[in-house]
Amino acid sequence: MTGPAEDPLRAALRGLRADVSPPLIDGGDLRFVVEDTPVGQLLLAARLDGTLLTSSFVGDDAEADSLLDRLAQRVSPRVLRGGEVLDAPRRQLDEYLTGRRRAFGLELDLTLATPFQRLVLDRLTREVGYGTTVSYSGLAVALGRPGSARAVGAALGANPLCVVLPCHRVVAASGALTGYAGGITAKRYLLDLEAAGTAGSPE
Amino acid sequence: MSLPPFQRLVDAHWRDVARVAHALSGSGDAEDVAQQAWTKALAAYPALRSATNLRGWLLTVTARCAVDAHRAGSRRPLPVAEVPEPTGPASAGTTGPDPGVDSTDGPVWDAVRALPERQRIAVTLRYVVDLDHASISRALGTTPAASRRLVSDALATLRATARPLEEHR
Repeated sequence: MTGPAEDPLRAALRGLRADVSPPLIDGGDLRFVVEDTPVGQLLLAARLDGTLLTSSFVGDDAEADSLLDRLAQRVSPRVLRGGEVLDAPRRQLDEYLTGRRRAFGLELDLTLATPFQRLVLDRLTREVGYGTTVSYSGLAVALGRPGSARAVGAALGANPLCVVLPCHRVVAASGALTGYAGGITAKRYLLDLEAAGTAGSPE
Repeated sequence: MSLPPFQRLVDAHWRDVARVAHALSGSGDAEDVAQQAWTKALAAYPALRSATNLRGWLLTVTARCAVDAHRAGSRRPLPVAEVPEPTGPASAGTTGPDPGVDSTDGPVWDAVRALPERQRIAVTLRYVVDLDHASISRALGTTPAASRRLVSDALATLRATARPLEEHR
C-alpha cells in the first residue's frame, strides 16, 4: 500500500479541521482566573465551594504557570479556568481596589501557607486594620517573638493571599516601603488608597 | 510524578479532541462526544499513574466516547446532513492541502464512518491526529502490529470506496 508522497486520502484525513470553540467544562476541584487590576495581574484560585486559595501577583504567563503547577501538586490537578465561584472574590477585590470596600467577606484556605505563615497572617489580619501600618519588628513583638522580624518578613513575602490578607500594611521601622510581591508601586497604591479611605472623602 | 493543571491539557489539545470527535461521530454528534470526553477525562485525571503521553490518553478517551455514543445512538435514524458552521477564511492551523475541508460531511468521512469500528478508530487516531502505533494499540487493547494491520486495511477500504465517490462529486 505504498502511495505517492502526496496521497490525497491521507491528506484529506490529516486536513480535517473542526473549527469549534474551546470546551466549557463543569466541575473540577479548583477554578482560577488571572485578573487585571489597578495594582497588576492577580491570579485568583478558589475551591468549588468558593473558598479562596490564592490571590497572587503574576508578572507573566510563566509565573502564572508555575503557580498553577503548585496548586495542581498541593491541592488537586483538576484545575480549570473561570467559573462562578470566582465571581465573589473578583467583585470584592474590585470594590476594595476602587475604595468601595474596606474588608473582605470571603472564606479563605491557607493550604499554601506554612504554619508560621498562618500565625503571622492571622495576627496581621486581626491587629492591623484598614488604613494603618505596622513594622516588621512591631508585628514580631505582637507575635511574642521579638527577634523574628526577618522571619516575619519572609512569611509575609510568600503571602498566598495578597491584598486580601493585608501584608501591604507592613512597612520598615523607618516607615519606608520595602519589598512587596506586587512591587513597591502597588504597595504605595494600596496604602494611599487606604489612607484616602480613612481620611474621609478623597476629594 | 506530578500531573499538570488540567486546564493546560484543555488549552493544548482541545482542537485535536474536537477533530477526533468530528471524524468518528460527524458534525451532528461531535459536540456532545467531545463534551463527554472532557467530563470523563476530568473525572479520571487525578487517578492517572503516569503523566507521560497525556495527549494520547485524552484522544483515546475521546475515541471511546465516540464509540459509546455511536452504540447508544444506533437505534436512531441517521442524522440529516448539517449545514457547516461558517468559518473565517484565514483560519489558523490548516494542515491539509485542501483548506476547504472544515467539516466531516463528504464521501471520505462517510466512508470512514462506514468502516468496522476498530479500523475506524485506528485510522482516525493514526492520520487525523498522528498518534503512533504504540498509543493506538493501547487505545484498542491490541499490539502495535495489529494496529498497523487495522490502519492498512482501513486505508485499502477507503481507497476502494471513497475515491470513486470523490471523483463523482
